[in-house]
Amino acid sequence: MATSATVLPQTRRISGAQLIVHLLERQGITMISGIPGGTVLPLYDALSESSIRHVLARHEQGAGFIAQGMARTSGKAAVCVACSGPGATNLVTAIADARMDSVPLVCITGQVPRDMIGTDAFQEVDTYGLSIPVTKHNYLVREIADLPRVIDEAFSIAESGRPGPVWIDVPKDVQSAELDYDDVAYLIERPALPEISSQSILDAAAMINAAERPILYVGGGATNAVEQVRELAEHGHLPATMTLNGLGILPTDHPRSLGMLGMHGARSTNLIMNEADLLVVLGARFDDRAIGLAEKFCPNASIIHVDIDRAEIGKIRQPHIAIQGDVGEVLTRLLPRITSDGREEWLAAVSDMQTQFPDHRPGIEDPLTHFGVIRAVAKCVDGSEIITTDVGQHQMWVAQSYPFNRPGQWLTSGGLGTMGFGLPAAIGAALAEPSRKVLCFSGDGSLMMNIQEMATAAENDLDVKIILMNNRALGLVHQQQSMFYRENVYGATYLQKTDFLAIAAGFGLDTCDLNAAEDPETALKAAIDKPGPCLIHIFTNPEEKVYPMVPAGAANTHMLGE
Amino acid sequence: MQNQFPVLELIVRNHPGVMSHVCGLFARRAFNVEGIVCLPISGSEQSRIWLQVQAGDQLEQMIRQLEKLEDVMSVLKPDLDSDTFDRLPAMFKHQTRTVAPGSTSVV
Repeated sequence: MATSATVLPQTRRISGAQLIVHLLERQGITMISGIPGGTVLPLYDALSESSIRHVLARHEQGAGFIAQGMARTSGKAAVCVACSGPGATNLVTAIADARMDSVPLVCITGQVPRDMIGTDAFQEVDTYGLSIPVTKHNYLVREIADLPRVIDEAFSIAESGRPGPVWIDVPKDVQSAELDYDDVAYLIERPALPEISSQSILDAAAMINAAERPILYVGGGATNAVEQVRELAEHGHLPATMTLNGLGILPTDHPRSLGMLGMHGARSTNLIMNEADLLVVLGARFDDRAIGLAEKFCPNASIIHVDIDRAEIGKIRQPHIAIQGDVGEVLTRLLPRITSDGREEWLAAVSDMQTQFPDHRPGIEDPLTHFGVIRAVAKCVDGSEIITTDVGQHQMWVAQSYPFNRPGQWLTSGGLGTMGFGLPAAIGAALAEPSRKVLCFSGDGSLMMNIQEMATAAENDLDVKIILMNNRALGLVHQQQSMFYRENVYGATYLQKTDFLAIAAGFGLDTCDLNAAEDPETALKAAIDKPGPCLIHIFTNPEEKVYPMVPAGAANTHMLGE
Repeated sequence: MQNQFPVLELIVRNHPGVMSHVCGLFARRAFNVEGIVCLPISGSEQSRIWLQVQAGDQLEQMIRQLEKLEDVMSVLKPDLDSDTFDRLPAMFKHQTRTVAPGSTSVV
């Protein structure tokens, strides 16, 4: 429920900008990220007199990902602000990323005054048109009187059902217009969750109880159902694989956890899934990186698909039982009907497959290798940490090998795959959860894409550690060109030997050069323990590959590599 | 026989952006809309859009995507005569005027 931070007098003359700030406070917003510019100056003027803390990003895409870091950590909608024109276009990537991974955001941009819209005015762009395909919903606010409804609706839409970003474009003259505002309780009612049919619950329970080789396939949509998923896996003896954004829902070391499936999933997991006779899909959407060639994914399995989004059910694979609903609610009703069949034979087969095809982690004992540094980092912290990544080889290695213990611990750009996500998302996470350490694994290609946010981390003295695996290459491109384009590595290596340690120091970060350390593990521990932002640098080999690898468009059983 | 070009009837909020939402959804999936008619519902803040679309496996998914749009209140598949859209050009014919290029006058 929203709280009222500022109590306004019964009626007063109030500007559109002040109204926006008041409505944000009423939604419980205490912090926003953004960059000011001409068309949002009225809003910034109002913000300066409010209870809301503004975190100044260095690029609007950074502001968008900072808000994502807050939202992914808290599960509540976070807010970012930018000006019209380039401010809005710079936000597009971060908003599209939020849409792909179902992250609740409310994004507010300034727009040129109403009478100048459509005239190609300075810093005018069709923000409404641009934002349609990358948001859950969007608004161009034409009247100040619409603001209370629009802002309350925006939070409701962003957070309800399948979450997502909502974009509100506010012309400058709407921000400076005035109206008599009496503090009407306009907080709108959230839409009710879809009705779940009792028959579908009975059918699903019967199908699960009758299955000999069932598998749970758990995605980001099950993030709020951790207890129920665990109980289903334990009580029903169901092995569970997780998507990239589902990692942590079952802890890595849980006996029923099969880790990640898909293109870079565990070899044993992809092979086990091929044997399944029932697939229970919980808040996952049959993404191509997870399932490979759709027709050949779990070819012998019946499918039960539970998702809050009706449009996901049947989009890629037609389920035998479809249940539209909140995963937690569905499982709560399903669990009492699940019999505790031992399934010894199936669990033994799963275990055999895992023994026969163990995870391959070359160099894990050496903290100066890619797997080794991930393990060494995990040994320096107590499990309360938050992990973010950028996108590429380092991301997959962390996904494969980090010991996750809860959802919300792991923030990564899954659907859109945006390089440059990691650092600003880590900043957002550190702002939202100041008591936790935030560790951002990155690569040199990715880090360079939002490196300016080092200044934001330093300015706010956030406990963010960047662990940079520097291979002077775009590693995953290098890998794919090596494997699928006749080893013709082109445009994927950096000839310029950028000095990231000097850059980080220049931005005001501590630095730790692991390759130069006498005892890398001790140096790593000291760097992570010391509060405040730090760049931890390690050189890695550009010839290393992420294995196994399912080539794009192939079946998941067709895995290349060790 | 199944109509090759079925018609969808949408009730939508009447505001300037709604047509972009609906058309963008089809364009993104390379799903051609054969015909569009949109009229306001008098005495309300809603409009009715009729879309003539292609029959096919994709249609159910398109309907579900339409239902997700916040500005779309409902999606129906009315049983219209298949030539409803074909008759429209004749209804508009007598209003056709030629406007000279560069002319600012509108008849």
